[in-house]
Formats: sequence, C-alpha cells, structure tokens
Amino acid sequence: MRYVLMSCTDEEAFAVLGPEARSALVAENLGFAVEMVRRGVVLSGERLRPTSDATTVRVRDGEVLVADGPFAETKEQVGGYYVVECADLDEAIEVASKIPAARSGLVEVRPIWER
Amino acid sequence: MTTAVDAAVVRVFRDEWGRIVATLIRVTGDWDLAEESAQEAFTRALGRWRRDGIPSNPGAWLMTVARNLAVDIMRRAKVGEAKQGEATVFTIADEAGDDSGIGDDRLQLIFTCCHPALRLEAQVALTLRTLAGLTTREIARAFLVSEQTMAKRVVRAKAKIRNAHIPYRVPPAHLLPERTVAVLGVVYLLFNEGYAATAGVDLVRESLCDEAIRLGRALAELMPDEPEVLGLLALMLLHHARREARVDDAGVLVPLEEQDRTRWDRDVIGDAIGLLDAAGRRGEPGPYQMQAAIAACHATAAEATLTDWGEIVRLYGRLCEVVPNPVVALNGAVAVAMAVGPAAGLVLLDQLEAQGTLEGYRLLPATRADMLRRLDRLDEAAVAYQRAIELAATDAERRYLARRLTETARHAEIAGDLG
Repeated sequence: MRYVLMSCTDEEAFAVLGPEARSALVAENLGFAVEMVRRGVVLSGERLRPTSDATTVRVRDGEVLVADGPFAETKEQVGGYYVVECADLDEAIEVASKIPAARSGLVEVRPIWER
Repeated sequence: MTTAVDAAVVRVFRDEWGRIVATLIRVTGDWDLAEESAQEAFTRALGRWRRDGIPSNPGAWLMTVARNLAVDIMRRAKVGEAKQGEATVFTIADEAGDDSGIGDDRLQLIFTCCHPALRLEAQVALTLRTLAGLTTREIARAFLVSEQTMAKRVVRAKAKIRNAHIPYRVPPAHLLPERTVAVLGVVYLLFNEGYAATAGVDLVRESLCDEAIRLGRALAELMPDEPEVLGLLALMLLHHARREARVDDAGVLVPLEEQDRTRWDRDVIGDAIGLLDAAGRRGEPGPYQMQAAIAACHATAAEATLTDWGEIVRLYGRLCEVVPNPVVALNGAVAVAMAVGPAAGLVLLDQLEAQGTLEGYRLLPATRADMLRRLDRLDEAAVAYQRAIELAATDAERRYLARRLTETARHAEIAGDLG
C-alpha cells in the first residue's frame, strides 16, 4: 500500500534559523531519509523550494491564469514529500511520526489512489 | 412459542451480533457485506426457529448461516466480475472451524472501530453499529443528529478504513497501551451519554448505559489482564447500581447524599468491588481504577454521613496527578468541602476559577452555589444557582437546581426577617 507523506512546516520559522540550526535540521532530515531507504520503505521523495518560488496555474474559459504564490496562504506549507510503501496505515503513521517536520509542524498521510 | 423464539432471537442478537459481524469482516474484508449477512441470518432465524424450534447452539447456527450467506454473495460477485472478462480466483481468508470460542474477532473489531485516524464521533458510531448492533436510526437518535448525518458519518468512516488501510487487528504491544486508552474512552463516552440522559425523554439514550456495560464486559472477558479494563467496568457498574435512586418519582435529580440507599443494587456493587479488587492485585493503578475506587467509597457507605471523605480526597489527589484535568480538580474541591468544610472547598474553587479553564462549565456555578449555601451566604448562593440553571444540561438537573434555588431564597428571606 502506497502513501504520500507531506511534510508541512512554518517556512518563516525556518527562514529565521541560524546557519547551524539550519544545517542540523537538514542533517536530521537526511538521517531520516537514509534510515527509511535502508528499511525499504521509501519509494521516492523530494524537498521542495519555499512557496516564495511557487506559481499557481488555473485555466478558466480556456484562458491560462498564472499567479505568484502557493494555492493557499496558510502558516504551514508543504515543504517536501515522501512516497512510501507500507503494510497499512499504522506503519505509515509510524514512519510519518519519525519525519522531523512532525515535531515542529505536521505530516499529512494520504493513501495513493490505487486501481 | 413465537414469543419464546422472539425473546431468544433478541437475547442471541445481544450476545452474538458483534461476534458474528467481527468474524465476517475478518473473513470477507467487507464491512457492509458482513453487516448485511448478519442481519439476514437473524431474519432467517426468526422464521426457521419458529418452525423448527431453537437450535441447541443458536450462536453457532447464526454464524454458519451468516457465513454461508456472505460466501454466496461474494461468489456471485466474483462470477459477475469474471463474466466481464476479469479472471479472478475466489478466495476466502480463513479455514472453517476456528470461529467457535478460541480467538475472538470482537477485539480486533473494536480496536479498528476506535482507531485514532477516525473522528471520535465516527469511532462511537461504528462501535455501536458493528459491535452492539444498533441501527443507524437508533444511533442518530442517541446522539441527537439526523439519520442522514449519522449514515454519512458511518459510510465515510468505513470508506476510510478501506481506502487508507486501517489494519483489522489488535495493535502490536508497543501501540497497545495508547490504543486501549482510546477504546476505553469510547466505551466510557457511551456510558456517560446514557448516564447524562437518565430520566430524560429518550429511552434510546438511556440504553447507551447498557450497551456500554455490555461492551465493557466483553472487553473484560477479552482482556482480563488489563487492570484499567476491569477498572472501567467497575466504574460503570458502580454508577449504574445507583440508577433507581438517582431520580425521584417526579423526575427530579436526587443528589448522592439524599438518595435512598436501599434502592441501590447491592449485587451490582458487589460485582464491581470484586472487579476492582482483581484489578488492584495487578499493581498497575490507573485513572479508571481510581475513579472506581472513589465511586466504591460512596457505594459502600451505609449512610451519606458515614462516607469516608478523607479517603476520597486522597484518591482525588492521586487522580489529579495522572489526569491533570480541571473537572477532576473541581470534584476534588467538592471532596475537600465535605472532608474539611465548605470554606476550604471554596478556596480551591476560587483558585480553579481564576485559572479560567472551567469558564462556562455547567457544574462550576452549581458547585459554588452548594458551598455558599452551606456557608449560609444565601444571597450569593441564589445568584450562583440562577447561573447554574441557565447552564443545566437536562430537565432533571434543572428541576433539582430550581428546588435548591427556591429553598435558598426562602431561607434568605427568613434570615432577612430575623435580621
């Protein structure tokens, strides 16, 4: 069973971190990724650039509407994701709880729409 | 004969519904199919048992019929799919014969129903539907929502279990403690919903107490080594034992100290204390055992004046440590008022009120009013009763508070005349 784990954190809180705290956080995330890849859980995953680099695209009446920014202005924004293969929701919850973002922000666990 | 059969079916329904549904879910993996097959098996039992008599093992009869129905429906569905060109091999998830006694599927069913990834109200609804066999209409009435809303809630929860792969199992050891707490929380919520409704207008809500106790008994049977499971059952039984005395003939709530203790159910109290002792021997205290111990202090006092308030204060102290909750603290203040005096209770109440966490909690002004009344500060007491009446949850409670207000006002008048 595949799930997407979306890490949602407060970008501004990250932006004001000092260089040391920042690299510690990056190292922590790397540690998680290595552990989960070894365990054979992670299928793929990426860190996303902040929402200041995001572009929103809509098509209305055949017209492409492009705007700067994320789809919703919320305090916490998706900052990265993992696609994982887990036995069931309990395992996905366990994996999600180990993502560092779960401690400062939250992780949304979404099952992939399997046919 | 017909009435004997009907009564037998009702009895077996209570005892076996949850077990049958739980097994069918494991075998078929399909919650709706499990419920439909169980329902149909009970319908057939009514007809067959009237004609042929009640079988020697009604539960086994129903399980076999329900299982065959489910298998038939699955087989037909598979044949239908195969005709559409999809070659599917029909499989059934277990071997026949292991559904009589040894493993009990109800435990994995209740853990799945009470999974934290489901909303609390969905946990409650699923538990009542699948384990207790209440209809969606009954559950909707019990929780004062429309049948449509409740049906949606149940459908959505079942869809999530299926789509998100919430496992159908008893959680592994490292998850068991927290998940057990969640299960006990749902059962106790059911009980409290029914308890608060006692002498209310709706019998369906009252029957929630019986359902909760039945679930509590099933859990105690399935998890006999979990002291908190026994503690919760003991707690519910101790409250339930007083139900006859809680309300007078006019439907007014009778406070504990004024209840006719001869109307308390001594057998039930005895059972509860036996459970509490068994739990205590395991040496793992917990909040349900502590609350049950408090209830036991009341239940075993021959008269209200003989209540061991010192012990109750001690138990509330321990409870506050494990459950730092303002409502528990409020009850602790009441105990202190009884053990030491209303002035001491009022000091604690002022502290609690200053924290602001009980803002709008209906029992806060009611408690304050009682303490003020006992301190003869009658004008202040009357104001607090007034406020408590505004916040009262049930008619029985409102009538009780109104009675207190009238008494207090009368005494204040007399005191005024004398002064």
